[in-house]
Amino acid sequence: MRAQARLGFILLLMPILLWLTALIVIPHIDMFLISLRERVGVGEYATSTANYRTFLGEPLYLVTFARTAIMAVTATFITLLIAFPVSYYIAKMIKGRLQSALFLMCLVPFWVSELVRTFGWMILLRETGLFSNLLQWSGLASGPVEMLYNDAAIMVGLVYTSMLFMVVPLVTTLESLDDSVIEAGYDLGGSGPSILREIIIPHATPGIVSGSIVVFMLSLGNYLTPTMLGGKDSLWFTELIYSQFIVRFNWELGAAFGFMLLILSSVIVWAMLRLTGQTLEKTMG
Amino acid sequence: MIPTIPQPRAIRAAYTAYIVLFFIYLALPLTVVAVFAFNDSQFPSLPWEGFTWNWFFGDKDPMIGVFHDRAILRAIGTSAFVGICVSALSVAVGTSNAFLFNRYQFRGRGLLYVLMLMPLVIPGIVLGISILVFSSTLANAAWDGMKWDITALRPGLTLVVLGQFSFIATIATLVISARLQKFDRTLEEAAMNLGAGRLTAVRTITIPFLAPALVGAFVVAFLMSFENFNTTLMLVGSDAPLTIAMFDRLKEGSTPLLNAVSLLLMLGSSLLALVMITFQRRAA
Repeated sequence: MRAQARLGFILLLMPILLWLTALIVIPHIDMFLISLRERVGVGEYATSTANYRTFLGEPLYLVTFARTAIMAVTATFITLLIAFPVSYYIAKMIKGRLQSALFLMCLVPFWVSELVRTFGWMILLRETGLFSNLLQWSGLASGPVEMLYNDAAIMVGLVYTSMLFMVVPLVTTLESLDDSVIEAGYDLGGSGPSILREIIIPHATPGIVSGSIVVFMLSLGNYLTPTMLGGKDSLWFTELIYSQFIVRFNWELGAAFGFMLLILSSVIVWAMLRLTGQTLEKTMG
Repeated sequence: MIPTIPQPRAIRAAYTAYIVLFFIYLALPLTVVAVFAFNDSQFPSLPWEGFTWNWFFGDKDPMIGVFHDRAILRAIGTSAFVGICVSALSVAVGTSNAFLFNRYQFRGRGLLYVLMLMPLVIPGIVLGISILVFSSTLANAAWDGMKWDITALRPGLTLVVLGQFSFIATIATLVISARLQKFDRTLEEAAMNLGAGRLTAVRTITIPFLAPALVGAFVVAFLMSFENFNTTLMLVGSDAPLTIAMFDRLKEGSTPLLNAVSLLLMLGSSLLALVMITFQRRAA
């Protein structure tokens, strides 16, 4: 029996080890090694930090890096602000059939691909689009209005695309908050804002953190939305990675960029977990 | 604010209005995409030129419908193939992982669990390039060392499947683990008391109990694979899955053909989701 259990353990351990080492750990180590390589001649390479120096020395790269980080954080924050009241409404204000119907309606848009969602916003926002026509028809604008190809359009797209990943964890944690706790808050003389601050938000923290992490990751690593909705001046860091890999075929610099993106996301996720006293297992698992 | 505590009517009304606005915002882009699939024009935008089915069934230039567009049909087939491979792999590995974490206490368990969650916090594009870089390192080594040309390691469908699997496996593991935790292990012991071997007990008692989660994980994995863009973009070869094919079309300029494909996608994924929900209802 013991030997059999041991064999079962080893058999179950194999797939996960194979998956994590061959597809996650080793590829990332290899990417890091490639990023430390510099081409010195045809087919000759030397180890150096040249790629990272290029990254730090070129303002375009640094600015794009910072801009992407700031916009991803902003998008996460806006998503949280929009999603919180909605999640609270679904979790606490309504019950039964209506509750599950509204929850399901939140999920529906995300069963279709991000491409379709972004395409929808393009149709709405472009010069010949619905909003532009609506503005002209109502007399608020005298000619066609172009609302596409700027940072605001990217923001709209990012927030829309990641909404689900905020709503679901928020609804789940808010549902587990007992109504009587909120009622007790009112009985003890609390007001709306103080109950929100003292009871609801502390209880919802795991949901807020896990939602924010996922939304932040999705925004930071997004390629589609910035490419389609953004303009000439709104370069996203993933576009730089793509162009180094596929267009310029400079894999060494591309790998260095990829590594910087990985570090940025890890640092911000780690900071978010530290600030709120959560762990990855608790929020994601 | 809670229904049992009375609130001023104005606040309640404002809150409801906000919720209504939110759902309009959610529905608007998709509605627009769906409606313009029927516009009798070369562009998916106003003015409205009349209703047509041509973007689905048309077979003459300039209005070739979805069902006559070879490239799009092939891309749908490619996506479906990739999706099925990724889902099957993910569910298999996910089930194994769920049993491992549920049944065994071992040294390094916590570390392995965190490592298992890692793919969720790695940007998709980074997953893509790291696998691209590593597979070419391997392919080049095989070529330099033994003169073997391993095409599976060059950008193409094998790498797309592996790349998508690398993070979808985590999702499958979480979905299946959640259900396995609710399983009452005494049922398995009862089966073994009645003379079943360990494997027979798992096969006849535990796996049927897990079935809704297995189906759920399969469907979720399939949908995630079908709509994945970032990881696929870095690993794709000459056979483009649907999202990549549509992206290329969209860069050239959009026709209502794309709206028609999108509408079909919406219908398809709603149908899948419905299947999943009824299946889980029946199990619960």
